[in-house]
Amino acid sequence: MSMKAMTAAELAEIVINQKDLFILDVRNEDAFKDWQIEGKNVEILNIPYFDLLEGVESVLPRIPADKPVIVVCAKEGSSKFVAEQLVEAANRDVYYLEGGMKTWSEHVEPVKIGDLYDGGELYQFVRIGKGCLSYMVVSGGEAIVIDPMRLTNVYTDFLKQKNAVLKYAVDTHLHADHISGGRILAEKTGAAYYIPEDDAAEVTFSYKPLNNNDVLQAGKTEVAVQALYSPGHTIGSTSLIVDNRYLLTGDILFIDSIGRPDLAGKAEDWVGDLRESLYVTYQALNDDLLVLPAHFSKKEEMDDRGRVMEKLRVLYKENAGLQVEDEEIFRKMVTENLPLQPNAYEEIRQTNMGRVQPEPEEQTEMEIGPNRCAVS
Amino acid sequence: MNVNLVVDAKGLACPMPIVKTKKAMDSINAGEVMEVQATDRGSLADMKGWAKTTGHEYIGSKEEGEVLLHYVRKANPEEVKETKPYPKEMTNEKLEEALEKDNITILDVREPAEYSFSHIPGAVSIPLGELETRAGELDDSKAIYVVCRTGNRSSMAAYTLEEKGFTNVQNVKPGMSGWNGPTEEK
Repeated sequence: MSMKAMTAAELAEIVINQKDLFILDVRNEDAFKDWQIEGKNVEILNIPYFDLLEGVESVLPRIPADKPVIVVCAKEGSSKFVAEQLVEAANRDVYYLEGGMKTWSEHVEPVKIGDLYDGGELYQFVRIGKGCLSYMVVSGGEAIVIDPMRLTNVYTDFLKQKNAVLKYAVDTHLHADHISGGRILAEKTGAAYYIPEDDAAEVTFSYKPLNNNDVLQAGKTEVAVQALYSPGHTIGSTSLIVDNRYLLTGDILFIDSIGRPDLAGKAEDWVGDLRESLYVTYQALNDDLLVLPAHFSKKEEMDDRGRVMEKLRVLYKENAGLQVEDEEIFRKMVTENLPLQPNAYEEIRQTNMGRVQPEPEEQTEMEIGPNRCAVS
Repeated sequence: MNVNLVVDAKGLACPMPIVKTKKAMDSINAGEVMEVQATDRGSLADMKGWAKTTGHEYIGSKEEGEVLLHYVRKANPEEVKETKPYPKEMTNEKLEEALEKDNITILDVREPAEYSFSHIPGAVSIPLGELETRAGELDDSKAIYVVCRTGNRSSMAAYTLEEKGFTNVQNVKPGMSGWNGPTEEK
């Protein structure tokens, strides 16, 4: 019987494949309430490590015998401290999460969404701990990455594996919940960095404006990525239609909810744009399109292969944010009783504009916690 | 700052700052204050949480460069024990009104660390443990309003003052734990 390390990748595999797991989260109650690991067959219990300094006997009756057990904490130290004692007291193998919630927050897992025209492929990169989604179109040795996250190795490794050259790095909007990896990836690979012009007013570095109806192509077979101006979360928010089959909605439309218009302090101004994008612009599209958002917030939004996607037609039936005909009620819904704003969202915006350059460790701190980009 | 014990947990990662704090608690007396020096940012929330579940009083934290200084006061069973409260009591609200007058003394009998994080402007600080020897510093021609965190230490202090011959003494209930009036730090 011993204590074993579990990596974030191994934990992601368990969550995505909906395997059984018992988690003892030993962070303080506030940190736990703020965000935690979720999975369909994950059972979780929060007891702060400082309540277990006298011993772990009190926890033993609450640990199921038939599930693997992992102890998690913020950075790793306390989980090892508790796991070690559990091994002894329960006489069983106990895991701890390597790098803790900090590493979990940064882990990104590529999942294949589907095949594109003439051999192309579309991948969803799931940052499972934070609920962020980014995308890569690969076709004929060329690639386009959309809404990439700060730690870019996962993309460069993937490009190597696919033997593809990155042609474009695109942000659908100026992000407020996580630091974009778009500019860094573009610098690293020589790709062009695109961001909607209206969101780039205060950006301090050079970029290419992403305009309505622009078409970006990857590979000789011309997998088309078409830009569709759909403001509301930010004034520049632009959706992308890939191969006439997939609608990448950024932070405008999610599977279970809709985007919030207040993260740049403009809720009242942008409500009308948001409504127009959701109820007019998207409404006019082919409802067979598969919606691929930039976030998810609940484990139920993930299918049994770890993908987060749904037909536009289904969302118009089931997504509560798309059922509000009355303009006044809609306005109330997206401006009142909003959830807390994401951690450090203003600093994150400043970083994404290139106006501040925090140290890597600080960037990690800024991104801790849930994304909170949705209305509910 | 005037504390009973300084614990150095600098450079230690979670859970060690709390483990060290817990151990050190055994070496100080109830009611005494400890300063814990830590560099682990996580110790801030954890110190509060730990104090809450153990019943010790989390006084506050300060930052000095990279170092976090946490102040914790050891739980004092005396304070929860039913002692006969000092008969002359006044409410926080009454004290707030009395602040306008000149001829009063507010005596804060909490520990210096507690006083330093927040106290009523102009309040005199003499910790309960030092009152026996320092009562002479007070002006017996003025009304003395005694405050602490919850009204227990100040009640004991009021008795002590009475023994020393002070006649115009009032115990403020509940004291700083429910204080909504002006405060300052030192």
